[in-house]
Amino acid sequence: MKDKGIRINICMGTGGIAAGGAQVMEAFKKELRKAGIKASVGKRCTMHKVGCRGLCAKDVLVDVVKDGNKFTYQFIQADMVPRIVQQHLIENNPVSEWLVGEDYHNFHNKQVKVVLSDCGNIDPEDIEAYIKVKGYEALKTVLKKLTPEKTIEIIKKSGLRGRGGAGFPTGTKWEICRGVEAEQKYIICNADEGDPGAFMDRSVIEGNPHAVIEGMTIGAYAIGADIGYVYIRAEYPLAVERLKLALKQARKKKLLGKNILGTKFSFDIKIKLGAGAFVCGEETALIASIEGERGMPRAKPPFPVHSGLWGKPTVINNVETLANVPYIIRNGDKWFSSYGTEKSKGTKVFALTGKVKNSGLIEVPMGITLKEIIYDIGGGIENDKALKAVQTGGPSGGCIPAGMVDIKVDYESLAQVGSIVGSGGMIVLDEDDCMVNVAKYFLQFTQAESCGKCVPCRIGTKRLLEILDRITKGNGKETDIELLEKLGNDVKSASLCGLGQTAPNPVLSTIKYFRHEYEAHLKGKCPAGVCKDLLTYYILEEFCKGCGACMRACPAGAITGERKKPHKIDPEICIKCGACFEVCKFKAVGKE
Amino acid sequence: MVKLTIDGKTITVPKGTTVLDAARKLDIPIPTLCHHPKLTPFGGCRMCIVEIKGIPRPVTSCTTPVTEGMEVITSSPRLEDLRKTILELILSDHPNDCMVCERAGDCTLQELAYFYGIKENRFQGERRRYEKRDGNPFIERDMEKCILCGRCVKVCSEVQGVGAIDFAYRGFNAKICPPYEHDLDCEFCGQCVAVCPTGALTGKMWALKGRQKEIKEVDTVCAYCGTGCNITLHVRRNEVVRVTSKENTWNEGWLCVKGRFGYKFINSPDRLKTPLIKKRGKFKEVSWEEALDYTAKKLNAIKKKYGPDSIGGLSSARCTTEENYLFQKFIRAVIGTNNVDHCARL
Repeated sequence: MKDKGIRINICMGTGGIAAGGAQVMEAFKKELRKAGIKASVGKRCTMHKVGCRGLCAKDVLVDVVKDGNKFTYQFIQADMVPRIVQQHLIENNPVSEWLVGEDYHNFHNKQVKVVLSDCGNIDPEDIEAYIKVKGYEALKTVLKKLTPEKTIEIIKKSGLRGRGGAGFPTGTKWEICRGVEAEQKYIICNADEGDPGAFMDRSVIEGNPHAVIEGMTIGAYAIGADIGYVYIRAEYPLAVERLKLALKQARKKKLLGKNILGTKFSFDIKIKLGAGAFVCGEETALIASIEGERGMPRAKPPFPVHSGLWGKPTVINNVETLANVPYIIRNGDKWFSSYGTEKSKGTKVFALTGKVKNSGLIEVPMGITLKEIIYDIGGGIENDKALKAVQTGGPSGGCIPAGMVDIKVDYESLAQVGSIVGSGGMIVLDEDDCMVNVAKYFLQFTQAESCGKCVPCRIGTKRLLEILDRITKGNGKETDIELLEKLGNDVKSASLCGLGQTAPNPVLSTIKYFRHEYEAHLKGKCPAGVCKDLLTYYILEEFCKGCGACMRACPAGAITGERKKPHKIDPEICIKCGACFEVCKFKAVGKE
Repeated sequence: MVKLTIDGKTITVPKGTTVLDAARKLDIPIPTLCHHPKLTPFGGCRMCIVEIKGIPRPVTSCTTPVTEGMEVITSSPRLEDLRKTILELILSDHPNDCMVCERAGDCTLQELAYFYGIKENRFQGERRRYEKRDGNPFIERDMEKCILCGRCVKVCSEVQGVGAIDFAYRGFNAKICPPYEHDLDCEFCGQCVAVCPTGALTGKMWALKGRQKEIKEVDTVCAYCGTGCNITLHVRRNEVVRVTSKENTWNEGWLCVKGRFGYKFINSPDRLKTPLIKKRGKFKEVSWEEALDYTAKKLNAIKKKYGPDSIGGLSSARCTTEENYLFQKFIRAVIGTNNVDHCARL
């Protein structure tokens, strides 16, 4: 039966708000009141803030559902609202030119949404909205019908593995912790998402915080913890606010706190804000940070499951891992393990960015090929340029060359080619990207974020970075590539924590697949034309009309020439800013 | 008890023992920089890495507890190669001015560089530059020589309970400093100086007084208080140039500011070496016999004229327990009053 009401969903994740979501919502309120719609349909007209649905590039996204028919608008601003209300809601004639196009649907069609299934559809600030889509039913099932052991068995059977990067089987982790005898145990949700360009965890918490709380509570029951912590970046104010609200609502409904749902099980969650250190995503550094210490990793073993927070057995799971749990319990382990490959089950959320047409948040079944992600979901390369490589796994990951795009995306396959699934960063690089520069970019990040505790990471990454820097500046030495490989491998082997153990990956994988680019740099050329110091700008006399535009644009005064006669660039004075290249209408400025 | 093999040798050690301690029991040498037997393990320098069967990556022996049946290899081409890389990395960010360094000859980093024969360094690049600036008279901090082993931080918080310093900043810029990089303002016990494996922390008054050559070590007991810490005087040409304490003493090698840095009086021209008696408004040097006779005569006279309760005795914390016992006995039994007290009674 068709719903006769009107429902308006406005994307109010961080991306949506940044694009003007709050103003759009205000405009809808005002226009609906003005048009008298609220009065005529009464309670049947509802407006909802919803979380991220992935395609932030097209925000503000607005769903208008009238009489059961859903239309989605893209790039909506407040001043466009009156026309939507008038034409769509009153005249029943959707504003076709503002509706999302085929690419929006393509973006979603190949995705399989588990963790994100309710994100973008429900109001994250309303616990009832989550309950309406069967929220907290998994918790009820677990607490009233399942023993902790049985719960662990379901998670083990489902094949769920840690989504934070390492891919450790979640059920096994829970089982080990359950087996450790202790009066006090803890469960921690790692929401210290620090990879540049990654926003999977933020979107999940912003879009469906209750799923994380439910997953965490189930985990706590399974291992026998009564206190949980969500360690979340302070740079995620909206996520923190929604999480706090969700915790409050859950406590009020007796879904958290003493004797949850009338059972003997008690559990509560505290929030600990991170202070912006990438290394605090490493579990032992995260524990140190909660304890009030400087966020520096501790040596393992002992592992946190044996001796974690304040020396007590502790399970640390990533946001996405925990958000999967309620869906697995509700739909069964077989349903979950029907997605994915033999060893990598279920789905994974990726932040698809870089030179791809549709960038945004995607959830795909494990085992999908890179090609499907880039071309079917991502819509191909921007400006239809040639794909060069895909960088996966953030600063700890590696680069996969274009020739390998048929590779399956799962833990094992990516590891085999020298990269990782990681927390889910996926950066598409095209022919204009210099691989040496890409490696340098990531190393700059890891070097700056190294905690400084161990020598290989603190000094080793610095030396790696210095070598890369001199290569991109044309001062590389003949032995530098071998030195990078040697030092990179040593830093990987000898570093204390995951940060140092993976920091050389971008360097090593780019050397592996793009050695020729490194060699070209040593010979004084940057094939992609990115490294400034290796570039020369020159004027192609046969195309130059002598208009003087480049001369006026040049901030260094490096260009000379008479009007209507070919100009010249003095390479000694040229600062290689590219202003002349940009400004020339006749393509008379060349660079190499 | 846990049984394991290290380099093919079997040993049984109590549960909770680290691989490093087990190896040392077998007299197997493993190089370390950040490890200190009296401080909690740190695992930062990575020199003590070992290979353990079943674990793909090398692990630090100082942090890894032994497990039953564990098979450990402490030296292999791969391990020695990694250790060499680590040392070269440290030395690539070090002044390497051993020629004029206070700690030359007593520096763990120098020793390891020597044993690994590091003459040339594959890694060269930026070095940290810091200005020396502390105004205190005790501790010299040359942070360019700091290898961030964290021993000073640990001794300050774990042993001394002060926490005057900690790690700050990240990455290559990480350093150890007091809060907000203020000047060091602590109790100057110098425990940090004692545990520093390089020349980053030294005693200010040690400067240019002599290193290891021509030093005679004299073991004695600190006279500052009744605690009686064992100290070792470093004497060069009949002058005390440094005070240290050995780890196997009952005070475990720990000292306070007075014992460690308060030795200037020994060679001070103002030092009193004989008793003085004021005669006609001026102090005059006298023999101990004369001084004791004079004191006894005066005490007797006062006691006779005003009674024993007109006399009181105040003893010193610098005396031993036995001396303090004798003193109160003297006041009570000989003088005949209970007016006796001690400066450390509070």
